[in-house]
Amino acid sequence: MATGLLDIETLRREEIESILARARDFQPSPDGVFQKLDILRGRTIVNLFFEASTRTRTSFEIAARRLGAETISITASGSSVSKGESLVDTLNTLVAMRPHAIVMRHAASGAPHFLSRHLGIPIVNAGDGAHEHPTQALLDARTILDAKGSLEDLRVAIIGDISHSRVARSNIHLLSKFGADIVLCGPAPLLPRQLQAVAPGVRLSYDIEEAIHDADVIMMLRVQLERQHEPPVPPGEYFRFYGLRLEHLAKAKDDVIVMHPGPINRGREIASEVADSQRSMILNQVENGIAVRMAVLERVLSAARN
Amino acid sequence: MAKLVIKNGRVLDPAARHDAIADIAIEDGVFAAVGKEIDATGCEVFDASGLVVAPGFIDIHVHLREPGFEHAETIETGGRAAAAGGFTSVCCMPNTLPVNDNATVTSYIVERARRHAAVNVFPIGAITKGSAGQELAAIGSMKLAGAVAISDDGRPVMNALVMRRAMETARSFGLPVINHCEDLHLSAGGDMHEGLESVRRGLQGIPAASEDVMVARDIILAEITGARYHVAHISSRNAVQMVAFAKSRNLPVTCETTPHHFALTDEDMIPYDSNYKMKPPLRSKCDTAGVIDGLVSGAVDVIATDHAPHAGDDKMQEFEKCPFGITGLETAIGLSLELLVHARRITLPRLVELFTTNPARIVGLKDRGRIAPGLPADLTLLDCELHWEFDVSKSCSKSHNSPFHGRRFRGGPVATIVGGQFAWRRDH
Repeated sequence: MATGLLDIETLRREEIESILARARDFQPSPDGVFQKLDILRGRTIVNLFFEASTRTRTSFEIAARRLGAETISITASGSSVSKGESLVDTLNTLVAMRPHAIVMRHAASGAPHFLSRHLGIPIVNAGDGAHEHPTQALLDARTILDAKGSLEDLRVAIIGDISHSRVARSNIHLLSKFGADIVLCGPAPLLPRQLQAVAPGVRLSYDIEEAIHDADVIMMLRVQLERQHEPPVPPGEYFRFYGLRLEHLAKAKDDVIVMHPGPINRGREIASEVADSQRSMILNQVENGIAVRMAVLERVLSAARN
Repeated sequence: MAKLVIKNGRVLDPAARHDAIADIAIEDGVFAAVGKEIDATGCEVFDASGLVVAPGFIDIHVHLREPGFEHAETIETGGRAAAAGGFTSVCCMPNTLPVNDNATVTSYIVERARRHAAVNVFPIGAITKGSAGQELAAIGSMKLAGAVAISDDGRPVMNALVMRRAMETARSFGLPVINHCEDLHLSAGGDMHEGLESVRRGLQGIPAASEDVMVARDIILAEITGARYHVAHISSRNAVQMVAFAKSRNLPVTCETTPHHFALTDEDMIPYDSNYKMKPPLRSKCDTAGVIDGLVSGAVDVIATDHAPHAGDDKMQEFEKCPFGITGLETAIGLSLELLVHARRITLPRLVELFTTNPARIVGLKDRGRIAPGLPADLTLLDCELHWEFDVSKSCSKSHNSPFHGRRFRGGPVATIVGGQFAWRRDH
């Protein structure tokens, strides 16, 4: 079975620590200069994005190139998918061209898990539906480590549409493995009660002030106000009760950090003043995205070599 | 036609309260006699020593996919799968293409079955035109053409007035109404049971409540219309308890469950494997226990398979794109023996009743589901200690979408006799 990276849930804590440690080697030096490496020279990575994404796709591409690999990016529109080809056939066609790994984003939860049972190529999950986004959680963890020095005994508030968030699921699993106290907060319809049993250390709150009280980290999620099959959340109501504003930060811990996977909706889930404040780690997250993805690609492709 | 004598079997007929070693003589396709040491001179003899000889098992919920979806199953292949699963009669649901919502389609199915099916096939007509839930189908005409019940299975009748009128009409024609109970608003977009597992996997849930509210509504409508009402594939504890409540009020309300709904829970699913995707979905442990309790108490009347073949390509997709349904004809008896009888939850006579007397009564098959001279000679022969393994690649069904591939069973059917003829024998 080809080893890729499908999710955080089945990853062991030691594996996470090793990826995060290696990512540190790939962070830019203080002068901001990147050295181009040739660790993955001669390797070909296909970025297959069935869902629009600018930042994640670009981040994976840059990560691969900095390691010396060649990358090809394919987006679903304009590909054979729009001609009615099945996912398995599309992947089989690509695999026949012998790339060394596939980085894949798909709107269906479990799509990479399903494919990995039928294909002998490492698949890196770049986000599957509402399930997981493992590299996002790893880059978030790297960012927390940089700011806090440790992942142990943290109190983390994750705020927003948890129900549909793959970022939340991956972060919950990762932080829980390090013993974090995790408070999930959002409008009740977006916060199913079963979430508290997904991993140890999780509890729910419908009150943002309670959720961020004593928190070391506040993770905001991008909110989508209208969803198929669901009555919409009134927009003003959302920001009023679950939008993060400066007044909230005033009541939070002095050294709290604010994170967001992006792209942000200013004035919808986060106030501009917060997004642009000293507490905001949003750009650090983007920067760490490349280092963490370099560590992941190196790990996946070196495992595939053996 | 030559006489056939089934010798020395444990003849188990719940309708006649018969449970003893006996012989059965069959002549001209009908039962001739049941008794001790019937003279078999000049007859074909089948030695049933060590076997259970039961009335032919009846599956009142299958999808034979013909007409319209012959790439997934036909009346012929589905019929063979039924015989190989120990069934002598099946009732096929109307969600074909075209939908069986008129006497022409009903007659077509009856005729195709007469020519090609190894077992008896009794069509179920649609409740509404095209099963679209709006206008009533030609219920009386379908009955004259051979329909034994009406159902829009695969879809519920969402409009309560339409359901009320359907019940009134069905009652006047002496037909039962079978509903696929699912409130489509509550289940919208859902792919598996709503619970910890759906939340963990990031899949939209189908809450048990979507089944429960529909069962509750229908019981109320059954009471005001006096219709015979039957809940298809019941899967939730609450729904079973509501059917028990309806029975306690002497309403003609019945229900069936499927083997997979007492054999598997949402925790048993291989993540994102569509062989575990069906409606209703595999539910929680608590619901599964509630279904088994219902089989023990009598709240659940029937075990039916909801045999739902789908071609391989349709199931080889992203989980949320895959159609709902799994095959079930060839594993139903094995699962029921193992999980209900060997597990000492119900007796063997009760199991036979769940597959014979009760389904025959619910869909009004007056001459089936029991053994008596003059009735069509349909028999199911079981070996309760037979050890066998289900290999889906050898299935008689055209489709292979089963979560039970490779499962080892203790007990199963060994022969199926339809109208006095062997329709299937395990060792042949």
